[in-house]
Amino acid sequence: MIRIVDKLKKGLERSRRELGEFFDAALGRGILDENAATELEEALIQADTGPQTAEELVEDMRVWMKNAGGGVIAETLREALGLRISRILRSAEVPANSNQIPKITLIVGVNGTGKTTTAAKLAARFSADGEKIILGAADTFRAAAVEQLKIWGERLNIPVIAQAEGADPAAVAFDTVQAAINRDCDRAIIDTAGRLHNKTNLMAELEKVVRVIKKLREEVEILLVLDAAVGQNGLVQVKCFAESLPLSGLVVTKLDGTAKAGIIVRAVAELKKPVLYVGVGEGIDDLIPFDAEAFAKNLIS
Amino acid sequence: MFEALTERLNRAFRDLSGYGKITPENIEPALREIKLALLEADVHFKVVKEFLSLVRERSNGKEVLDSITPAQQFVKIVHDELTKVLGGESAVAEAASNTAGIYFLCGLQGSGKTTAAAKLAHLFGNAALAALDLQRPAAVEQLKVLAERIGAKFIPPQFPNDARRSAAHIRDIFPSLECKHLIVDTAGRLQIDDELMNELKDVHEIINPSETVMVLDAMTGQEAVKVAEAFRARIGLNSIFLSKTDGDSKGGAALSIRFITGIPIKWIGTGETPQAVEQFHPDRFAGRILGMGDVVSLVEKAAKATDLKQAEKAAKSLMKGKFNFELFLDQMREMKKIGPLSELISMLPGGSTLPIDAIPSEKEVSRFEAIILSMTKEERRNPELINVSRRDRIAKGSGSKPDDVHRLLKQFRQAKEMMSVFSGGKKISKKIGRMFGM
Ligand SMILES: Nc1nc2c(ncn2[C@@H]2O[C@H](COP(=O)(O)OP(=O)(O)OP(=O)(O)O)[C@@H](O)[C@H]2O)c(=O)[nH]1
Ligand SMILES: Nc1nc2c(ncn2[C@@H]2O[C@H](COP(=O)(O)OP(=O)(O)OP(=O)(O)O)[C@@H](O)[C@H]2O)c(=O)[nH]1
Ligand SMILES: [Mg+2]
Ligand SMILES: [Mg+2]
Repeated sequence: MIRIVDKLKKGLERSRRELGEFFDAALGRGILDENAATELEEALIQADTGPQTAEELVEDMRVWMKNAGGGVIAETLREALGLRISRILRSAEVPANSNQIPKITLIVGVNGTGKTTTAAKLAARFSADGEKIILGAADTFRAAAVEQLKIWGERLNIPVIAQAEGADPAAVAFDTVQAAINRDCDRAIIDTAGRLHNKTNLMAELEKVVRVIKKLREEVEILLVLDAAVGQNGLVQVKCFAESLPLSGLVVTKLDGTAKAGIIVRAVAELKKPVLYVGVGEGIDDLIPFDAEAFAKNLIS
Repeated sequence: MFEALTERLNRAFRDLSGYGKITPENIEPALREIKLALLEADVHFKVVKEFLSLVRERSNGKEVLDSITPAQQFVKIVHDELTKVLGGESAVAEAASNTAGIYFLCGLQGSGKTTAAAKLAHLFGNAALAALDLQRPAAVEQLKVLAERIGAKFIPPQFPNDARRSAAHIRDIFPSLECKHLIVDTAGRLQIDDELMNELKDVHEIINPSETVMVLDAMTGQEAVKVAEAFRARIGLNSIFLSKTDGDSKGGAALSIRFITGIPIKWIGTGETPQAVEQFHPDRFAGRILGMGDVVSLVEKAAKATDLKQAEKAAKSLMKGKFNFELFLDQMREMKKIGPLSELISMLPGGSTLPIDAIPSEKEVSRFEAIILSMTKEERRNPELINVSRRDRIAKGSGSKPDDVHRLLKQFRQAKEMMSVFSGGKKISKKIGRMFGM
């Protein structure tokens, strides 16, 4: 566990130098004058919050400064901004833990965000907690996607349910849940193929996967995986996936890079989907539960 | 979600029509709209700043043409500048000229490198694909499968724990394969990962490629420039392959990279298969970034058509969603000058997603025209008036069957809804999907 925290810290420190300077310059003058406001807005935009959120946050801070009497120092202002952001990030309700056994987790998202890796990381995590896990390789489309999950399964000593390439993903999902029931598993984690949210047929395919799972088990936890480097399209991704499927929450991967995933702030605010985990590396234990304060701090430090 | 730019500009320019000229004062609201549109398209904020001053300079003092709205004219200026920044015509030529040799692919995790390698091999033909990703589970297998699919030769890494020695093996064995091109896939890596960046530098030196390509996800945000600069600093970059452009992201990151680093974008990925690859076209991409389809070429075409006022009226009502048979008739007549309806529709934002059979053929248009001409003026303005007896009368007058009239009415209703979708900027795909029962 210590290793992961160190890793995250290391990642965060690297980016702190760049944006940190930005904020120091913007806030160093103490009062939020026109120049500082512009710089602050630009810093937020650079963190991918998008122009609208950036403007709203700066306006918020302007009002706050005024009310606070104008005497606050840069550090306090930074804290206040961090608080605002983490409050937004906490504003989406986290779904209650289900009592259903086996629990079913379905991993979805656009291409290349880190779904398969996240499925493996989750399996490792719950398995370490003593749960009996089974993995389902419902990405039957991409070259060697099944192979990729199988290798993770071997490394973790967790069985992987799979069919031939080109098979119906809903059938694989069904098999996986069935196997989880038959083998008394605590949880089934099902990986799906990456798909762009504007492809109606692929989204319909995913809807079918969920319908088929529900024939066996009523509750399905559906996690949408987002790449931290995503720009404003991240908002559209959450919106479209949430329109097709009852999303439980989000996973933001690759936060070990310099990308800040600022669009998540707007996505949470507008679409009320909570972030549940963040990915901080390619290793099997580089997944940590979401912490709104840490995320906000990373965004503005 | 994100409002269409044309809509916003129309608002910003509402008061400009009386001015006659674009001035530093009256242009500011429009520049703000452009700024927001570019930022929402993920263009880097520094690029947005510089680009806006460019446009400000370029449009100052321009006469507002009588034929088109100030908003449209301004869009055209912005679009032309964007196209230039994206590399103008030269970008296409660059891509076409550079087709022989050793290609080395690099980029962030999951950006689309392995898929892009297969795409390039397919595009060039007579290529060998070499795997150097020793990190990700089944990465080698993935490239091998893709190579088989397109019938390319495949070079696996000879030393599963040593990228450098594997690179040397690739370099040494390639000449004996008698392929014209070599395409090398590498592991994804963060630009701040020193260990992996050093490895990249070493294998790059060993392979000694003629072209170093960074694969960039079209959905990338403000990070893109930082990433490209870091990769360039380590190994030098000749070009960008922009992947996943079949999504609905605007791809402003590509503009930023081109603007700041000058590295040309040469290819775009348009799907998951090896066949889904195209050469990069700056003008089309400028329209995409601005989120307006090819409104610009629509304006250009309209400007060329003889009856400018008429064309303007058609284009305007097309974007406004006010729609009756008189306009429909006007438009159908006008379309003959501007081009087939299908082409026009495909140029509108969201229009390209329309199924082809929803678009009437030229023959049908003539028949429809006859039917519309058999309607009274009242009926043309208020199609709701057309009941069964009126329908039969119209059919008789136009020498067609009542079914044809019925079909026209249906087409008209669809067109009307379509127009309101375009002008409303709402969830186009959903609505259109419902409209055609998909
Ligand atoms: N640095 C970093 N890399 C990650 C992280 N999560 C995943 N990756 C890498 O991102 C790349 C893509 O990950 P996958 O898990 O294959 O992504 P996917 O969403 O399953 O991809 P498709 O199934 O092809 O859509 C791989 O190289 C992973 O090692 C993370 O948190 N940090
Ligand atoms: N829709 C679409 N998907 C694409 C495109 N290019 C790549 N993909 C998908 O994006 C995902 C990642 O592609 P890869 O080629 O595996 O990416 P990579 O950069 O090699 O990933 P790593 O090796 O893990 O760093 C896969 O699901 C691909 O099918 C494209 O142009 N369009
Ligand atoms: Mg996957
Ligand atoms: Mg790869």
